[in-house]
Amino acid sequence: MARAATTADAFNAVAEPLRRDILDALADTERSVGEVVDLLGLGQPQASKHLRVLREVGLVDVRDEGRRRLYRTNAHALRPIHEWVSRYEQQWNERFDAVDTVLEELKESES
Amino acid sequence: MSQTTTKGTAVLTLPSDTEILVTREFNAPRHLVYRVFTEPDLIRRWWAGQRGTVTVADVDLRVGGAWRYALVAGGGFEVGFHGEYLEIVPDERIVCTEIFEGMPGGEGAGEATRITYTFTETGGRTTLDVLTACESIQTRDVIISSGMEVGMQEGYDLVEELAVELAR
Repeated sequence: MARAATTADAFNAVAEPLRRDILDALADTERSVGEVVDLLGLGQPQASKHLRVLREVGLVDVRDEGRRRLYRTNAHALRPIHEWVSRYEQQWNERFDAVDTVLEELKESES
Repeated sequence: MSQTTTKGTAVLTLPSDTEILVTREFNAPRHLVYRVFTEPDLIRRWWAGQRGTVTVADVDLRVGGAWRYALVAGGGFEVGFHGEYLEIVPDERIVCTEIFEGMPGGEGAGEATRITYTFTETGGRTTLDVLTACESIQTRDVIISSGMEVGMQEGYDLVEELAVELAR
């Protein structure tokens, strides 16, 4: 299976641990680059670079307020990642639901 | 068929970069859940889920013993898994290896994972933990992706945290 070469999609964007930290930092609050830098102890260029990647894939929104640029997460863009991971969960759910059926019969035969 | 309240409630978490944990409660005592997971006649009835029909359910339930399950999927091809039992505590715990034998044409055969099944009973109900430990992040991601042709990523740990965000 080939690894996608770019950071052009949300999956690749969150493959970088620092970008996950940044997403966590922006999940409940709008923050400026400066706040992200202080909070996570990053360099300013590094924080800006990661924020740009997150913006490009739509995981982070930005708005200007006076002279400040404020960033926050875009929950809508996270949905594909959530859905993709939940496939494995679904697979187990299908199996376990079948287990329920077998268990009901076993319980009846025991009682 | 009487209803249980646990349908569709399996919870998936990713405890580390190389592990997948699936947890599910069953409305039955654990000696029965254990039987369902270890007796071939019973395994045949659930292991394929909605994905096909079980054709092989070989169980040699002793440490060092081998197991092999196979199913025929909707498209008519067979998919198999096998492994070896590493630890067995009746009604409580099974540790085994699992190797995916690959899709027809030799695609996707994987390295071994180690699976730990833990059965815990509380008040006549059983909680089952299925912990899959992979040798690499890549293997874990292949398992999760289940053959989807998506580039391999490792960022899913945030899914749980951010599911909260989605729900808002």
